[in-house]
Amino acid sequence: MSSALNNPAHPRNVQLTSDGRLKHFLSINGLSKTLLTEILDTAESFANMGEQAVKKVPLLRGKTIVNLFFENSTRTRATFELAAKRLSADVLNLDIKTSSTAKGETLMDTLQNIEAMYADMFVVRHADSGAAHFIASQVTPRVAIINAGDGRHAHPTQAMLDMFTIRKHKGGFEGLKVAIVGDILHSRVARSQIRALNTLGAAEVRLVAPKTLLPIGIEEMGAKIYTRMEEGIKDVDVVIMLRLQKERMTGALLPSEAEFYRLYGLTTEKLSYAHPEAIVMHPGPINRGVEIESAVADGPRSVILQQVGYGIATRMAVMSMAMSGQMHERAQIQ
Amino acid sequence: MKLSILGGRVIDPAQVLDQIIDVHIQEGKILALGDCPTGFKAEQTINAEGLIVCPGFIDLCSHLREPGPSYKGNIASETQAALAGGFTQVCARPDTQPPLDSPAVIRVVRERAELAGKAKVLPIGALTQGLEGQLLSNMSSLQAAGCVALTNLRRPVQDNLILRRCLEYAATFDILVVFYPEDSALKGSGFAHEGSLSSQLGLEGIPETAETLALAQTLLLVEQTGIRAHFAHLSTARAVTQVAEAKAKGLAVTADVALSHLLFTEACLESFDSNFHLEPPLRSEADRLGLLQGLKDGTISAVSSSHLPHEAAAKMAPFSVSEPGMSSLEVVLPQMLALVESGWLNLSDLVKRLALAPAKLLGIKSGALWPGYAADLILVDPEANWVLNEQTSFSAGQNTPFWKQSLKGRVVTSLVDGKIRFNLK
Repeated sequence: MSSALNNPAHPRNVQLTSDGRLKHFLSINGLSKTLLTEILDTAESFANMGEQAVKKVPLLRGKTIVNLFFENSTRTRATFELAAKRLSADVLNLDIKTSSTAKGETLMDTLQNIEAMYADMFVVRHADSGAAHFIASQVTPRVAIINAGDGRHAHPTQAMLDMFTIRKHKGGFEGLKVAIVGDILHSRVARSQIRALNTLGAAEVRLVAPKTLLPIGIEEMGAKIYTRMEEGIKDVDVVIMLRLQKERMTGALLPSEAEFYRLYGLTTEKLSYAHPEAIVMHPGPINRGVEIESAVADGPRSVILQQVGYGIATRMAVMSMAMSGQMHERAQIQ
Repeated sequence: MKLSILGGRVIDPAQVLDQIIDVHIQEGKILALGDCPTGFKAEQTINAEGLIVCPGFIDLCSHLREPGPSYKGNIASETQAALAGGFTQVCARPDTQPPLDSPAVIRVVRERAELAGKAKVLPIGALTQGLEGQLLSNMSSLQAAGCVALTNLRRPVQDNLILRRCLEYAATFDILVVFYPEDSALKGSGFAHEGSLSSQLGLEGIPETAETLALAQTLLLVEQTGIRAHFAHLSTARAVTQVAEAKAKGLAVTADVALSHLLFTEACLESFDSNFHLEPPLRSEADRLGLLQGLKDGTISAVSSSHLPHEAAAKMAPFSVSEPGMSSLEVVLPQMLALVESGWLNLSDLVKRLALAPAKLLGIKSGALWPGYAADLILVDPEANWVLNEQTSFSAGQNTPFWKQSLKGRVVTSLVDGKIRFNLK
């Protein structure tokens, strides 16, 4: 079969303009090392803004950004809002869960209504994998879409702020060994991190979890599977811990929090297997005593709070780049 | 009414026939092939030169949407689409609203179909009341009302004891039972083939074992109860092997595959295109090749459309929350011809898989051009190029990746009981 239908348009095309610029930011998949590095470099230029007296640049002045959160979030939404405001955009926060969709309006109707208010960018968090792609390709293609997390699929701005954090502390990605530990199965963060680390040239990406929390075939993304924590984090430069949701016990994925903590919780003792200068990261919010010991979370190797701060700069970078690509394409069409 | 179809290439696998020959029809039935019988004078003739003449196709699983939400389609629209696709008979799924679990509803469906005057409708009744998997349906009454088979579709039957009783009761009346093998617990909330790709895309997976485990269990109960069983819409290569082994053991089982699973794989999900949200899910390339191989060697005897028309809004949603299914009655012929072109089967096999085999497994005298059989037949132009769009499509559902695509091979005329019920202008 050589029908064109058997090779549907690859999703990577959706987020790029015809000349390869970012116009949506939906996933790390299909983005080049050059582009990811450009995001990190742009973020670097925004990184010190928080310490300045006037914390604003006029890059998105006159633009309207709508934060569409179909799922609850505190820090991601806050950092997106701050990022938009520091770029001088007008920001509207919509908590959709408690508004229109509860009245039976479809996602498509909700979005087209907001588009009609002349929004320039949607920051979207949604419980369904592929929601951001769906919106960008089918619903409002002329609005720049930033994926703030879709189901289990992707959380690309979180991955980029993690890459930013790693670059800040480790200088680069060459020769770097990174372990991602915990609930890989439900983690959109892990999926985006694996892609970003591989694209940026990390030497080794390891996934550490019991088999019930490892998605089938995930190693094909470019990762090594470990089921024993001590082996998995041996000599790594970066340990990324993932949040474990309580409901994993009822879904028969784990027997108990206690057993999980004993086997996979990051304690000072377990951390001693990693490289002596290894840093500890976590996308937050952390569960002390479930996946991480307080002494580690608050310890000298932890960069968890810095991650949050870098989140603003990284999101400013992605938003300004996507808006610029979107405007460029609109100008070309006209 | 006396009618002769002249000069067509008649393909009838039942008679091992593939030659240019005339077909003569009288009073809605095939009278003779070849020379004009003495005393027969056609009132109407159809010139079929350059066309294929073959038995009308029989679809094993179409959703006609009636009774039910009319914005998704109705019996008139979908049986018209069937005729345009070469299907002179379609089996209607029982998951209508209300379901096809009582003689009264069956009667309504049959009356509406007769009123529409397009393809004939063969209702498949519910195996359990309300398809709820708890109480036996009135199987004998459903059979008397015209059901050709019973099924519970993918709805789970409460437990294996109830399933066993269902099968024993159905065996009492020698009713065919159609299974869509799927273990609902293993399926869970999944909606994509479980594998590396679904893991990467974050789409919840349905493991291969959801199909193979259910199939293995059902085969054991089939053996125990001696029921005539048909396994519909196999999606995995391993299931094909299981069916082949069961047949080798002498079990009276048959199997079909949905067209979409011969054409597409999980790779189509990479763009999150909800047109590829199907039940069962599209699986790996190895599975697709296993299904094609099973079709080639006859383990899978029939190809079904698995036609599920939807309104646009049903598919305008993120992949997981879009409604599953594809509108496909009108693209089966061109896509099967494409499989002929790529060497997977020959034209005689195509007719066998779409007409003769479905008739045989349903146990109806149809799917062939034997004298005395109902004159349900179609004329096909295998070279015609056309585009599926608002002008050419009759189905209420445009939910197909072939929408606005060019296709090769088209039905020119469909006859039901010797009457021209579809004719391309």
